[in-house]
Amino acid sequence: MMLKNPSILTLLILLALAPPLFATQPSIDIKLVDTPNDRGESITLIFERTEEDTLEMVRLCSPSSIEYEIWRSSEEENSFQLVGKILSPDEKFIDTGVRDGVDYFYFIKGTGENDTLLSAVFGPVVSKGQWFNTKQTNVLLAVVISFLFIFGFILYGKRRKEFYIRPIAGLQAIDDAIGRATEMGKPILYSSGLGKMDRVATMASMNILGSVAEKTAEYNTPLIIPNYDPVVMTTAQEVVKEGYSKAGHPEAYNPDNIFFVTQSQFGYAAAVDGIMTRQFPATNLFLGTFEAEALILAETGNSIGAIQIAGTDSTIQLSFFIVACDYTLIGEELFVASGYLTRDPQILGSIKGQDFLKALAVFLMLLGGIAGILGWSWFIKLFSIG
Amino acid sequence: MQRAIPITVCFVFGLFMLVQFFVPHKLSVLAYENVLDWMQIIFVFTLLVGAASYIRLNTKKVVQTRAGWGYNLVALAGLTVMVILGFWKGTGENTPFLWMFNNLQAPMQATMFSLLAFFVASAAYRGFRARSWEATLLLLTATIVMLGRVPIGNLISGWIPDIANWILNVPSMAAKRGLYIGIGLGTISTSLRIILGIERTYLGRK
Repeated sequence: MMLKNPSILTLLILLALAPPLFATQPSIDIKLVDTPNDRGESITLIFERTEEDTLEMVRLCSPSSIEYEIWRSSEEENSFQLVGKILSPDEKFIDTGVRDGVDYFYFIKGTGENDTLLSAVFGPVVSKGQWFNTKQTNVLLAVVISFLFIFGFILYGKRRKEFYIRPIAGLQAIDDAIGRATEMGKPILYSSGLGKMDRVATMASMNILGSVAEKTAEYNTPLIIPNYDPVVMTTAQEVVKEGYSKAGHPEAYNPDNIFFVTQSQFGYAAAVDGIMTRQFPATNLFLGTFEAEALILAETGNSIGAIQIAGTDSTIQLSFFIVACDYTLIGEELFVASGYLTRDPQILGSIKGQDFLKALAVFLMLLGGIAGILGWSWFIKLFSIG
Repeated sequence: MQRAIPITVCFVFGLFMLVQFFVPHKLSVLAYENVLDWMQIIFVFTLLVGAASYIRLNTKKVVQTRAGWGYNLVALAGLTVMVILGFWKGTGENTPFLWMFNNLQAPMQATMFSLLAFFVASAAYRGFRARSWEATLLLLTATIVMLGRVPIGNLISGWIPDIANWILNVPSMAAKRGLYIGIGLGTISTSLRIILGIERTYLGRK
């Protein structure tokens, strides 16, 4: 930013302080910019100093750091207001108290133990909001590539109708687990955990619940679903009702089996544990979002001898489920479950697309490794965010 | 029609949420915050549905004196007392509501949470039994990592904390990142299926 039109006020103050200032003349240059990639209402001041200037200022004003006062006005010559302070060696100040579309002017007052320095008036600068965050261009590109791959395979799946998906033990065991509960004449407990409907893991859980409900309806086995979130409860009721209708047993649907418990994490764990120890379900399905209560639920289920199938997107809780449950859907297996169970070609197609993206990710990681060895920092920077 | 409207709403809002992630402009942020506010409003209404379900189910069990109806009575009493206290004296400092929360609910939650220590011990015992080559490896790794996290590990050998850190930072981290990549791709794929209306089990009845 060019130094323009020093104000009369500033000049008067400068003259008053003339002997120490003009003897050495260190300058405070600042660059004013509309803060990039923001919502608006923000201006960034960047100090542009040569090393000599900085040393001179430190010598003049203070042996240690200098305090800079930032003064702002929407008029060039008066009405300046103090908007903030920074201490050297900070070189950046973000002024968030501005309005969009207004011209602003700034000057800086540097104060140390020995002296005070004033800058010229800088400006004008105008703040405005941006319509695209350029720092996330690589993320957008990755999203577009991912969508193209998955969408392409969905279309391909529509035509091809058949895809091979490797056997997933946890999903194959669902049928057996339901059969076991039927033979024992005991209910099945299904928990989607603490997730709300905005969690993709909860959505995936509801998709699996549809298939489970269909099978329990066929076998006429009670399906108990205690819920942490009322929205999930409502969704689960609709999904189960649909499953029972699809299986041709709408009359077997019992809304009392799908109920809201509490919004307290450990209250929920206590309630589900209570259900397990009173009703002794033969099968426990823990599919969705789980936190610290995961092990409490799984260990209680283990203690009553229930066959347990769990799946979550939380890597921390996965280890607990692996230890305490008979089968565990690890990470992405939870998301492919609905395609696996329904054999819908479009869903299977999207899973295939997902696999190709994984291969692409592995390829890029290998390239990244080579780039790191060869010192190609530009390649690594392509993947940095923010 | 019953399905077309929800699918359209899902498509529009799904696409909006995706686009707004890349748009930092004030209008986009305001719209996003508005959507979040609406989610809160919807949540309050569904909480009423949840509370109604809770009261109906528990009352039914008490009235029909089904097995364990005493628990349901306690649950109903808890709900009623807390609601009355909340409306009567408020929920701020030095109110009976807060006293009940601090002296009944909080200790009960803490009790449930502390059970985790015993469950971790029993789960670790089962998981670490050296029945196979893999289980033995798991046992050895866990022993080194646990020793490496406590001062006694360093006393035994200065190598133990270093090996523990290496296990956590290299093989364990590699496995975790592999999982994260799979979960990320799975999330993208599931989201796209939901936005496009391919995955619509969550909508329930046709």
